[in-house]
Amino acid sequence: MTVAALPQTNFFQIKKGIFSWLFTLDHKRIGLMYLYSVGLFFLVAAGLGVAMRLELLNPGRDIMSPQTYNQVFTLHGVIMIFLFIIPSIPAVFGNFFLPLMLGTDDVAFPKINLLSYWLYVLGALFALSTLMYGSGPADTGWTFYAPYSVKTGTNVTMAVLAAFILGFSSILTGLNFIVTIHRLRTPGMGFNQMPLFAWSLYATSWIQLLATPVIGITLLMIVAERVFGIGLFDPAIGGDPILYQHLFWIYSHPAVYIMALPAMGIVSEIIPTFAQRTIFGYKAIAYSSMAIAFVGYFVWGHHMFTSGMSGPAAIIFSILTFFVAIPTAIKVFNWVATLYKGSINIQVPLLFALAFIFNFMIGGLTGLVLGAVAADIHVHDTYFVVGHFHYVMFGGAGFAFFGALHYWFPKIWGRMYNMRMANIAFTILFIGFNMLYFPMLILGLEGMPRRYYDYLPEFHTLNVVSTVGSWVLATGLLLMIGNLIAGYLKGKAASANPWNGITLEWQTSSPPPLHNFDKMPELTKGGPYNFPNAKSTHKK
Amino acid sequence: MTKTDLTMNHAFVLPNSGHKFDAKASKMGMWLFLYTELLLFGGLFIVYMAYRYLNQNAFLLASFELNVWMGTINTIVLLTSSLTIAMSITALQKGDTRLSIILAFSTILAALVFLVIKYFEWGAKFEHGLFPGMDHYNSLPYGERLYFYLYFFMTGLHALHVIVGGIFIGVVIRLIRKGRINKNRISLLENSGLYWHLVDVIWIYLFPLFYLIH
Repeated sequence: MTVAALPQTNFFQIKKGIFSWLFTLDHKRIGLMYLYSVGLFFLVAAGLGVAMRLELLNPGRDIMSPQTYNQVFTLHGVIMIFLFIIPSIPAVFGNFFLPLMLGTDDVAFPKINLLSYWLYVLGALFALSTLMYGSGPADTGWTFYAPYSVKTGTNVTMAVLAAFILGFSSILTGLNFIVTIHRLRTPGMGFNQMPLFAWSLYATSWIQLLATPVIGITLLMIVAERVFGIGLFDPAIGGDPILYQHLFWIYSHPAVYIMALPAMGIVSEIIPTFAQRTIFGYKAIAYSSMAIAFVGYFVWGHHMFTSGMSGPAAIIFSILTFFVAIPTAIKVFNWVATLYKGSINIQVPLLFALAFIFNFMIGGLTGLVLGAVAADIHVHDTYFVVGHFHYVMFGGAGFAFFGALHYWFPKIWGRMYNMRMANIAFTILFIGFNMLYFPMLILGLEGMPRRYYDYLPEFHTLNVVSTVGSWVLATGLLLMIGNLIAGYLKGKAASANPWNGITLEWQTSSPPPLHNFDKMPELTKGGPYNFPNAKSTHKK
Repeated sequence: MTKTDLTMNHAFVLPNSGHKFDAKASKMGMWLFLYTELLLFGGLFIVYMAYRYLNQNAFLLASFELNVWMGTINTIVLLTSSLTIAMSITALQKGDTRLSIILAFSTILAALVFLVIKYFEWGAKFEHGLFPGMDHYNSLPYGERLYFYLYFFMTGLHALHVIVGGIFIGVVIRLIRKGRINKNRISLLENSGLYWHLVDVIWIYLFPLFYLIH
């Protein structure tokens, strides 16, 4: 192991060999196994994304057939959603840091934690197996809309079973976190003394627990449809495809918050640390996570405004959708207020957090355009939607994921990456990201539909900009990953607390010992972000 | 590796360790899992509701094919099995291991009776060609086919839960024999009981939906 020179035994050194990882009950190792798996799938799906952009460089066919394109965007979506974003922050950083932040030595059910990782791997194998046989991976889009998903000859059954298994894995992680937060907080830490990342995981876990079973059963119905040909969702025999969409979005809209909430939690950690200042509106941020989780259940209909829905229903779903903006805005205002008069230390993690706010604002505000019935009718299924959710998912959740990686890197591996390089990589990534996705918003408003391998000649220029943006983005990604790997291999040793953070994970050594703490962690007086040296202008 | 192995040979153990047995956490985890089970069936209940509303007459006609007597007997069998598992928990709480095992075993027995009756019920449907894909099934109008499809899907999924619950209780009995579950450490038996009650409760809803509504 490369981190051998450290004075005390850390969790890397305690046991070695592949089996000590595959059968570990240590939440830190499980988190890292998730990190490597999730990172691998991210790279695969990002590669598919770059290939799609390459196909769209010119009108007409460039590098792949229409059918291949359909399969590529489906695979890109399925991998990114089910194998990357949903497990990314909770399963990687939640697993690694939730027990550390709560001052405990593991999650409540370490064995179930390992089981959830194995299920993740099994689901991933199912998903990848669709590449190997028959007529190849599903071509339905990641939403598996019926009736097409029931009729197509591609390997939808296997892809759907993969999503089912991954859902089960996600449920178990959520269950584990809820019990951990209830039962294992360090003595003296009430709910309102928890770090905000723990709060956001708490809200996320409830969504994972209460929404995922619905998609599980829906996907099983798709399988049964394909095997027995009932006509449950096939209108040709009398079934109702709209019912499928309802069931699908009852899960999949809350799932958006499974992706976004933990990202917001990360930002709520990074900002106070780099402003060296108490977070503004702790309770507002904490409870707004719960509010988003709650309201998120009642807005699924906004995906279906053009599918056929009564006027009153559309208006109600539209209004409820606007409600989501309120707790989200509460968070943004509080983050910005935290920075105000803070002693800001501009480091890469903070840059990622600020990029999150910038990107997420564009993503959120375009979301309001889509949530308004009248506007949605015009931009539904155009590139505006593609731009919107990439701003939320990649610009939001993805950037927060990278921010967390840079923020906790020294804690996980006990080494530091090259700061200068990290700044350069961030800048290229940020420019590439906006160059790739902003043109999509304009293209969508001009009427370019999504999910086609071809487009009209008048959309050419912006598509070229977008494709070049994908190359810039890929460059930034590779630089960032290369820099992190270099830091892991031969970075300078990091201290236990390089950013001067005061949540509990910074009180133990880097990397942490097997049982996280060698002495009792001490709670900060006056809340988790009460920085001792900061001149606080806001007293609680 | 068991939980105790992990905490061995280690000087400092946190008071709130995740490797220590925590009966409350175990029960809370089980309740959370039961929520997910309810929502799993909840999706099917929504589908049932939507299609029952759209095909009221067809569902009514098709429901006459079911044998209310067999359904009733099965309901009684399941309710009794819930009683025995609850009594088994109380028996172990009072320290009577032998009685607890006998009672838990009678729950498994009831589960088997339930499945045998279910087997004959399903068998009769198969004989009449009512399983999705069979000739008679295919000749039925759409609404009735949906009814039988949902009947097999929902009672099938429920039967699967009966089997899983039975195996769960079987494992628990083994652990009681070994002394790993005992008066002071009872939560796994309680959890198997909770799971069994869930199986029961879902049947309590399936029974009227398919057999009784006319």
